[in-house]
Amino acid sequence: MSNDRRFGLKRHITLPGELALDGGSLLTGIEIAYETYGQLNADASNAILICHPLTADQFAASDHPITGKPGWWSRMIGKGKAIDPEHYCIICSNVLGSCLGSTGPASFVPDTETPYAMNFPVITIRDMVRAQAKLLDYLGIQRLKAVIGGSMGGMQALEWASTYPDRLESAVVIASTARHSAQNIAFHEVGRQAIMADPKWRQGNYYEEKDPPVAGLAVARMAAHITYLSESGLTARFGRRLQSRQEKSFGFDADFQIESYLRHQGIRFVERFDANSYLYITRATDYFDLAEEHGGKLANAFRGTKNRFCVISFDSDWLYPTSESRVIVHALNAAGAAVSFMELSNPNGHDSFLLDAPDLHRTVHGFLEGDRA
Amino acid sequence: MSLKDSQILEDPSVKLSLSMQPTRPDFAIISNHIIPESRVLDIGCGDGSLIAALKKSKNIDARGIEINPVNVGHAVARGLSVIQGDADTDLVNYPDQAFDFVILSQTLQTTRAPHQVLNQLLRIGRYAFVSFPNFAYWKVRMALMLRGRMPVTPILPISWYETDNIHMLTIEDFYEFAAQHHYKVKESWFFSHDKQISAKAANWRAENALFLLHR
Repeated sequence: MSNDRRFGLKRHITLPGELALDGGSLLTGIEIAYETYGQLNADASNAILICHPLTADQFAASDHPITGKPGWWSRMIGKGKAIDPEHYCIICSNVLGSCLGSTGPASFVPDTETPYAMNFPVITIRDMVRAQAKLLDYLGIQRLKAVIGGSMGGMQALEWASTYPDRLESAVVIASTARHSAQNIAFHEVGRQAIMADPKWRQGNYYEEKDPPVAGLAVARMAAHITYLSESGLTARFGRRLQSRQEKSFGFDADFQIESYLRHQGIRFVERFDANSYLYITRATDYFDLAEEHGGKLANAFRGTKNRFCVISFDSDWLYPTSESRVIVHALNAAGAAVSFMELSNPNGHDSFLLDAPDLHRTVHGFLEGDRA
Repeated sequence: MSLKDSQILEDPSVKLSLSMQPTRPDFAIISNHIIPESRVLDIGCGDGSLIAALKKSKNIDARGIEINPVNVGHAVARGLSVIQGDADTDLVNYPDQAFDFVILSQTLQTTRAPHQVLNQLLRIGRYAFVSFPNFAYWKVRMALMLRGRMPVTPILPISWYETDNIHMLTIEDFYEFAAQHHYKVKESWFFSHDKQISAKAANWRAENALFLLHR
């Protein structure tokens, strides 16, 4: 298996055939960038799919090629960690619509050298999951041990269980929701409007000039970043402390540390992310309403399921609060599904699932190993 | 990887709660009466000891509800499907007759609305095992009568201001309650000092009672 070119770091394929999207159009020549960690066993029964959140990518547990930073979930995945490549073949692919190697608005229309830009079709979470299923076909994996994801990754895990229940044993849904609320959509709309208000956005046609709308994208990131943190976390970390100065400037520099921090987050983000991808992926999450796909009743999404579920929320997460996880759990109960649920205590808001959260790692590990027992 | 292998997976509070978990006298009787392959919901399942044992011995389809997240974590690590929640709020979502047996062990007296909880038990389950500490046990009565203080005993070890037991009841109360709400008592068992005793003067002699109810 070690010589199999399909497995390893920085892999890349063009999916055969076409993909029929929820929006009604067909996409051909879809490219998917992905990584795998660990060996697939002889009967291909030890595969775990990791679904990444909004602006993350396939580099879950290896250094990021642009930022050089450790993988976004390297606290969760690794030797001796909760999801251990010594035991599992762990797969993470860049979602459809993104910009780290998978097809998205920055990609060329097949057989041309013209980027899709805003001609890229609007995609859904289910479209992302369909593309992942095609990747698994190519990898020779019929059935996953687990699909695991936080935030938008959790939406994908729910969508997997709903769309391909026979292709997975269990789903782990962390800090997520079964539908985007008005508040969730509102924050995303602020971000999109910031991008589109940037004159450099040019109706999405900024690729040729190589002068992307970084100011708008940075503001979008800053607004979103606030939703990933908690009020108490911000107070503890920054309070009203001033940045590299003794007194207020009576001007509009980044006087406060929190301002400086947010600006930094914005600047770092635009180095690794495409503005149009941000529009498309936030749209996909806004469109996400799993109940709506099933006649308005969430329990119907899981009717008769044999999958095991583990749902985890964080008490300081106000983006996808515990009440949203409970909606999922209650629907799973109503469907008679085998579900575990925990609300973990952590001061770091929505981002808790990416940070140092030993009880999260312990729970995910316990859920996976309990299955092995 | 076993649990011992990894530093991040060590949590002393899990071990502490395990060592404090008493062997409950009602567990053996419940275990004996659960039908193999049946669907069982244990409300207030702790670390999942009972349903884990029943899964092994009787191959039941087991589910649990537990309020303490450390206990939930341990139950999940056993491969059990346990949700963090409580009897007052999390039963309404289960469909009618989703379970053959619902177990409410030493929890009724901690619920905010015991009558609604029991209604839910017998809506979602064909049979319900309900056990509770008997507040008319003679030592409890003596403590109240002689000392004039809220009793603190081995089975009621927490002082009045900290206890979760907000709806204490007696065996006689329960019979009356069951009759009023048209619950049928299929069987009953009584315990003192962790041993089963006869039904004779149970409201005086029993520390704990266990009932098997149905509609």
